[in-house]
Amino acid sequence: MRVDDLRDILSLQVLTEGIPLDAEVRGGYVSDLLSDVMANAKEGDIWITLQTHLNIVAVATMKGIAGIIIVNGRRPDEETLKKASEEGIPILSTKETAFVVAGKLYKALNVKEI
Amino acid sequence: MKLERIIHSLDAVVITKFMSDGDEIEWACATDLMSEVLYYSKDSSVLITGLTKQQAIRTADIADIRVVVFTRGKEPDTPTIELANEKRITLLITPYSMFTACGRLYEAGLRCCPE
Amino acid sequence: MHIKDTIEGSFHIVGGDFSRAGEASTEIKSILQSLGFNKEIVRRAAIATFEAEMNIIIYTTAGILRYEITPERIKIIAQDMGPGIEDIELAMQEGYSTAPDWVREMGWGSGMGLPNMKKNSDEFRIDSVVGEGTTVEMVIYLDNTKD
Repeated sequence: MRVDDLRDILSLQVLTEGIPLDAEVRGGYVSDLLSDVMANAKEGDIWITLQTHLNIVAVATMKGIAGIIIVNGRRPDEETLKKASEEGIPILSTKETAFVVAGKLYKALNVKEI
Repeated sequence: MKLERIIHSLDAVVITKFMSDGDEIEWACATDLMSEVLYYSKDSSVLITGLTKQQAIRTADIADIRVVVFTRGKEPDTPTIELANEKRITLLITPYSMFTACGRLYEAGLRCCPE
Repeated sequence: MHIKDTIEGSFHIVGGDFSRAGEASTEIKSILQSLGFNKEIVRRAAIATFEAEMNIIIYTTAGILRYEITPERIKIIAQDMGPGIEDIELAMQEGYSTAPDWVREMGWGSGMGLPNMKKNSDEFRIDSVVGEGTTVEMVIYLDNTKD
């Protein structure tokens, strides 16, 4: 499953411009604590969070995150989006909560990947 | 959803328990940010969090949340367990990540707070 | 709930003391519960108070949390000796935060504190002087027809 598949399944809004959404998503990680993501997220995870500040891009880049889904309709500032575009990390958003996004995604990833 | 079902779905270890297995939990709230819990949660929710600290218990108590689940099998420290006992909060530990914990509970039919 | 006079009290809050964070709000919540107020009113007051207490702990050296309960309303006043807020309008925006990273790693500083206080109050006032401190005043009406 790719980032654009998730976009379609969850009706996500793509906030970053000009980044291909073809990265393979291997799993999901829900966290609002950057240290936790640094320690435990895996390469190819889609990261579901409420955090919107600039540091999320650096963390995602270092961990090889496939993309970031920002929940609860929160919107990152332009600086974060600009940095994400530079680093090639897609940021998508939804009005849904982390619980619901993870719930739907868990099922979707399971179905296609056993 | 009955507490029993939550414990079962999450393969959770029960650290403190002040409810019976048949007590109903209506909503789930999954976050590590305590103000979000205070902003969005409703009472009779379960809080699923990776913030395995006293603050999570304190926040749950303030927001009338009676069940807290700590993710990734992380053992809370003694003050956190003591506070859960003092505030009569049911505290569970699941070996799963927050993503998987949400997925399992969602699959079992639990939903999020309407807002 | 039959309050004839004003019930009041205060707590001194020490900045940076995360281990005791929330104790004052918990105590205020217990007082409100013991007065037999409607559950939702207690919850709103507790949430608003807790956020105010956390702001003192996160951002300031020290502050005072005061409560005043009359037959008509609960009033919470949080007064701190902190750095003050430069742009209150900006600080009131959901998600806006000046919290340092370590505070975010403690589960706070997501920029929802002030919005949360406002959301749970019937009246909300904030007054801040940069370099001197901030005072937040929150009023929650007691609906005597319920419970």
